[in-house]
Amino acid sequence: MMQNITITKESDARGSFCPGPLMELIRQVRLAQVGDVIAVISSDDGSKKDIPAWIAKAKQEFLGMEEIGGATRFICRKIK
Amino acid sequence: MDEHSEKFSIVLFSGTVDKIMAAVTMATGAAAMEKDTTIFLTFWGLVGFRKGDWQKNRRFSKDFEDYAEPAFEMMQARKVPPWMETLKSAIELGNLKVKACGMTMDLFNIRLEDLEPVVSEVTGVASFIEEAEGGQILFV
Repeated sequence: MMQNITITKESDARGSFCPGPLMELIRQVRLAQVGDVIAVISSDDGSKKDIPAWIAKAKQEFLGMEEIGGATRFICRKIK
Repeated sequence: MDEHSEKFSIVLFSGTVDKIMAAVTMATGAAAMEKDTTIFLTFWGLVGFRKGDWQKNRRFSKDFEDYAEPAFEMMQARKVPPWMETLKSAIELGNLKVKACGMTMDLFNIRLEDLEPVVSEVTGVASFIEEAEGGQILFV
């Protein structure tokens, strides 16, 4: 599903506790240009609900999430 | 209601690390979700924001005091960031203000310059209530 997406910047927030991974995503989206694709890897289970909820609230584009060995990669495109 | 006017306010009365952490985490989540977020510091919550106090604060809820040492050790081992660090990044990323209760300041003879710089202003209970009107208020 996500093979065709080129990630502009990826942050590894594994080991960081709630709300650390979400804060990292917000920081990277703020720093990014419109059109950039930001990925954050989190090992915090709460992120699975929190990150999509933030992306919806902030009206950015959620491109998906994928399991990678005990953690999850979340992918978001900055659209505004 | 206009989604941009949603408010979330916390009255932080407690100064124990566990409760300050809980309040800061809730406030951070609220600020991340684009709420206008306020932490109102009163009594022991305000005492916990005196300059440098957070670095040496080992106070813990009395009813869970047998968990205090393991909790501090676990937080250190798992590199949980100090709550002050979480609070500072939340202030950077969202609309989060930390205000001090004027009455507690008078009572304990604390001035604004005695508090951590994350505290932006001194306010009274009436103006806090007025500003928090229409939003959620938590007492911690």
